[in-house]
Amino acid sequence: MDWQPIILTFRLALVTTIILFFVSLPLAYWLAFTRSKTKPILEALITMPLVLPPTVIGFYLLVAFSPAYQFGGWLESIGLRFAFTFPGLVVASIIYSLPFMVQPIQSGLSNLPPSLREASYILGKTKISTLTHVLLPNIKPSLLTGIVLAFAHTIGEFGVVLMIGGNIPGKTKVASIAIYDEVESMNYAMANNYSLVLFSVTFVILILVYLANGGYFNQISK
Amino acid sequence: MISLKLDKKLDSSEGEFLLSIDIEIPKYSFTILCGDSGAGKTSILRMLSGLMTPDTGRITYDDTVWYDSRQKINLSPKDRGLGFVFQEQALFPNMTVRQNLAYALAKGQHSKEIDLLITEFQLDGLQDRKPATLSGGQKQKVSLARSIINRPKLLLLDEPLSALDQKRRMRLQDFILKAHRDYDLTTIMVSHDAAEINKMAQAVLSLENGKVSRITRPGEMKKVSEMTSGTITKIDESAEELILKISLKKKSGNAFQEEYATGEMIWVSKKM
Repeated sequence: MDWQPIILTFRLALVTTIILFFVSLPLAYWLAFTRSKTKPILEALITMPLVLPPTVIGFYLLVAFSPAYQFGGWLESIGLRFAFTFPGLVVASIIYSLPFMVQPIQSGLSNLPPSLREASYILGKTKISTLTHVLLPNIKPSLLTGIVLAFAHTIGEFGVVLMIGGNIPGKTKVASIAIYDEVESMNYAMANNYSLVLFSVTFVILILVYLANGGYFNQISK
Repeated sequence: MISLKLDKKLDSSEGEFLLSIDIEIPKYSFTILCGDSGAGKTSILRMLSGLMTPDTGRITYDDTVWYDSRQKINLSPKDRGLGFVFQEQALFPNMTVRQNLAYALAKGQHSKEIDLLITEFQLDGLQDRKPATLSGGQKQKVSLARSIINRPKLLLLDEPLSALDQKRRMRLQDFILKAHRDYDLTTIMVSHDAAEINKMAQAVLSLENGKVSRITRPGEMKKVSEMTSGTITKIDESAEELILKISLKKKSGNAFQEEYATGEMIWVSKKM
């Protein structure tokens, strides 16, 4: 069995999740506490990947990244090529999984009692210090949910990666595409191998999250 | 002197109303704000602390302007140097009692302050516990300690004792009074409780229809105590505390009959 697509899948999921976490944090913070009238627009934009067919996002990203058009041309001129490359997959995955990271963090933050933030400000602390010492440590389950959902969702990508990355072995051929490839060439045993690995790994990850958020680990450590 | 001259439109269950106050509070005084719920008591504390912005007006502490709508000055809560005790305590759930106090230390303050307050507030046995495992009274004690550890000039308390039973209430009243004296605080507290007002306040501001309807000074507060009569039922003396168990009776006709409250008054004295 060729492990490369599996390794590539998890590398993509890991890189995407790490970058996505730091992108989503300020977005979720702003959405949780703003009173701005533009909030619904940003919320709608972030949620779009949940409802749009992945091919639509893939198509627009492909057009945007294409050196034949202005933006892609400009990217190329500063040495960035996103179409059919791994960095391109990462950018597409970040956009595609954005709601899975932003929404849990946003709801975690907005469900905290406002007095926690206020008490910290009155004690003379800055917004950054309040975020890192008070807010984030108290929404650990939401952070974990966001991180795991984004990770698992990236593993499960198909349409977007196919549009943006194509099927280049070792570069953009992730597990979901490898499965499709094997099925197309009637190689069901190999497709089953890939599928089984993805099925088991994602199942274990999700089970661990539900156990952690249900307080199971706290109970057994007592 | 703290001077407040504020207007703020507020929503209540009976619709919108204008909170309009113009008061001066002397430094080092203990003032109690009372009035019906929804009268704007909490809003006054929030505007003083910078958590809520008035529509128009001016707040000054001595010569420092905290808020001035005309000059567009609005100091953020962190720059006003005050302490705030929330009704719901607002202890940080992720930190132990000790960490809650440590987080509140000002830059450059020595961690000895934490030990000092832990001893003073009798929190020794609780310092490594998380807030979720504490009782209401213990939480409020930690919250009070946390609010004064960085030596604020002004202490604001928003109905800190309303969820406590009579015994814990009286104990905490003594802690608040002691903190008020020992830390040279100017204290403003929201309270509904007549006995509490009688015991603690040097001045009482009553809010009605968005305005201060009455300012009472201690000498004028006899009415509350004329309605009740108390007897000391037991005296417990320990090394550091003198506990007077008292029973209060309410006046019914000419005689004091109906039992009004029983409780303890506790003096915590440092042994010389």
